[in-house]
Amino acid sequence: MSSRMKNIIVPVLAVLLGIIVGTIIMLVTGYDAGAAFIALWDGAFGDIYYTGETIRQITPYILAGLAVGFAFKTGLFNIGVEGQLLVGWLAAVWVGVAFELPKVIHLPLAVLAAAVAGALWAFIPGLLKAKFRVHEVIVTIMMNYVALHVVNHVIRTVLSNKSDRTADIYASASLRSPFLEGLTDYSRLHWGIIVALICVIIMWFILEKTSRGYELKAVGFNQHASEYAGMNVKSNIILSMVISGAFAGLAGAMEGLGTFGYQSISGGFTGVGFDGIAVALLGGNTPIGIVLAAILFGSLKVGALNMPLEAGVPNELVDIIIALIVFFVAASYMIRIFIDRIGKKGAK
Amino acid sequence: MKKRKFGLVLSLALAAGTILGACGNNDDKEEGTATEGEKESAFSVAMVTDVGGVDDKSFNQSAWEGIKAFGADNGLDQGKGGYDYLQSKSDADYATNLNKLAREDFSLIFGIGFKLKADVETISKQQTDVHFGIIDDVVEQPNVVSVLFKEQEAAFLAGVAAAKTTKTNHIGFIGGMESPVIERFEAGFLAGIQAVNPDIKVDVHYTGAFDKADLGKATAAQMYSSGADVIFHAAGGTGNGLFTEAKDLKKKDPAREIWAIGVDSDQSAEGIVEIDGKEHNVIITSAMKGVSHAVQDISKKSMDGNFPGGETIVYGLAEDGVSLAPINDEVTTKADIETAVKEWTEKIKNGDITVPGTIDELANFKAE
Repeated sequence: MSSRMKNIIVPVLAVLLGIIVGTIIMLVTGYDAGAAFIALWDGAFGDIYYTGETIRQITPYILAGLAVGFAFKTGLFNIGVEGQLLVGWLAAVWVGVAFELPKVIHLPLAVLAAAVAGALWAFIPGLLKAKFRVHEVIVTIMMNYVALHVVNHVIRTVLSNKSDRTADIYASASLRSPFLEGLTDYSRLHWGIIVALICVIIMWFILEKTSRGYELKAVGFNQHASEYAGMNVKSNIILSMVISGAFAGLAGAMEGLGTFGYQSISGGFTGVGFDGIAVALLGGNTPIGIVLAAILFGSLKVGALNMPLEAGVPNELVDIIIALIVFFVAASYMIRIFIDRIGKKGAK
Repeated sequence: MKKRKFGLVLSLALAAGTILGACGNNDDKEEGTATEGEKESAFSVAMVTDVGGVDDKSFNQSAWEGIKAFGADNGLDQGKGGYDYLQSKSDADYATNLNKLAREDFSLIFGIGFKLKADVETISKQQTDVHFGIIDDVVEQPNVVSVLFKEQEAAFLAGVAAAKTTKTNHIGFIGGMESPVIERFEAGFLAGIQAVNPDIKVDVHYTGAFDKADLGKATAAQMYSSGADVIFHAAGGTGNGLFTEAKDLKKKDPAREIWAIGVDSDQSAEGIVEIDGKEHNVIITSAMKGVSHAVQDISKKSMDGNFPGGETIVYGLAEDGVSLAPINDEVTTKADIETAVKEWTEKIKNGDITVPGTIDELANFKAE
């Protein structure tokens, strides 16, 4: 069996196994699994409003997944997507409330500000990794907390007068549109999905069609060999983190300019950045895979909200299913061995 | 070869899609008839929690208990067409949850907490024939009733109780996130202490979160070790860490005077600790916020066709909206506290004193 085939089958099997084990858990704990899955489906696609909300949720997932996946291609584990997302969100909202400009300038400016902010936030761990070999996992985790508290402080003191949220952004910076709202019966669907899909193409293009992308991947495969081949490993590491951070910052812009239109003080993380790790993992760090994984996770998250009301099943169960899927993907080694065995038997 | 297998996967995916799609469609039809049948039955009520969840032993739980009690009183069943709740796991879920309940034809939908304000405002403009209630904030729409509490009055009484209990003349206050609501608690509490003894030292600390019990525990540990012997929290789930720390300290040294004060609902059950087969309780009392009472009150009015749309209702001591829970029997100064609390309650109800609701007002506050 070709390795490419396996790369497709492993995540699919992981999803199926996750759903099967989730079903078993529901049956054991005395819930109606059938009703739960129907409620899940209805909650995600049963009504045009829910479909709109699902796509809305998929948008930041795609970008967060791209952020994690891109860094991973260069052998870096960017756990700081959450923090980069928060500063991106802040930058976008800041531009959104500070100026009043024509839409053609204002909206791109706000989106760009988010990307730059996220990129800067990721530049620091990239630099530390390249110059001093400080492990990026540690630095990015810590940078998440720095981002959380800095953002809270800025919202409280600079962007508002001791209030718990910023003002609403000007309409000229908003990604929302009456057209999409009308189309989806007042869901919060916004044009960000287009931005996300463009980024998917950008990631594919950089990695597959440019020599810089080839270098980034080479560094990911083997740093020493790349260095021997005359590539600048350090600058590639920094560049990879910066691009990854820009994607994460854009995910923040989706929340700031699309879903919410403001930013509020928060006691904890949004979770989108961490879910991005799962999205990238399930998607095998490939652009198309990330889109598919984001669709799955976005639908699960939004659909889950319908489960308590319609099927009486707590929506935490979906978190369990997602955790199981991630577990099975992470344990893909097991699945690969299993597939190999079957393959061999078939050959005999 | 590769292509064929890819095709197989694709067709499988498509097949799965159609089967699942079919499920969805069938279900839609069934549901359509079900809701139409239920529409005739009159009144239904639901609520959306903030991220604290329905079992936060505090604010959300209190609201849910109110709705449950209302449902039981009026013979409603939990679920569609009766009473129900939806939990939000992130800020992005508020709008989806509120919209979902509105689409399921609930007559009255409560948003619990100021964090839901923006979404209640937006959705109340879209779903104009549904009634909404927002707790702890104001939304000026004809189909929304806003509910505020004078938390400072209950906190004031808690401050009196704390000041009468402390032996070290050192008291702590743990807040959740800085917000007007928590500021009312803080200002009232400090005013209450000041009214009894202005020389008492008070540590004030905001943890920045309503759902981090570990932070609450760490803050409480720091305050107790620096000499405070009474700590009041207005921090939702974070405050559970305070109770854990107080119980741990009491277990280590049963002779030491360690006290905590609860918030929102009567939290006395959280303070029970067993030492050598003897039961102690570290909670003096709780500053109760009658979310449960308010939710029932408004549901009842709404059911009778008197929904107070567009109004802002303020529940204080005089309206039985806030109160102080019974004092713990283990507190040696119990009788003293009870007389003082009674006295101040009268004064507040009569309007003899106005309890400050902000730190700025506190600066100008004089007890007499």
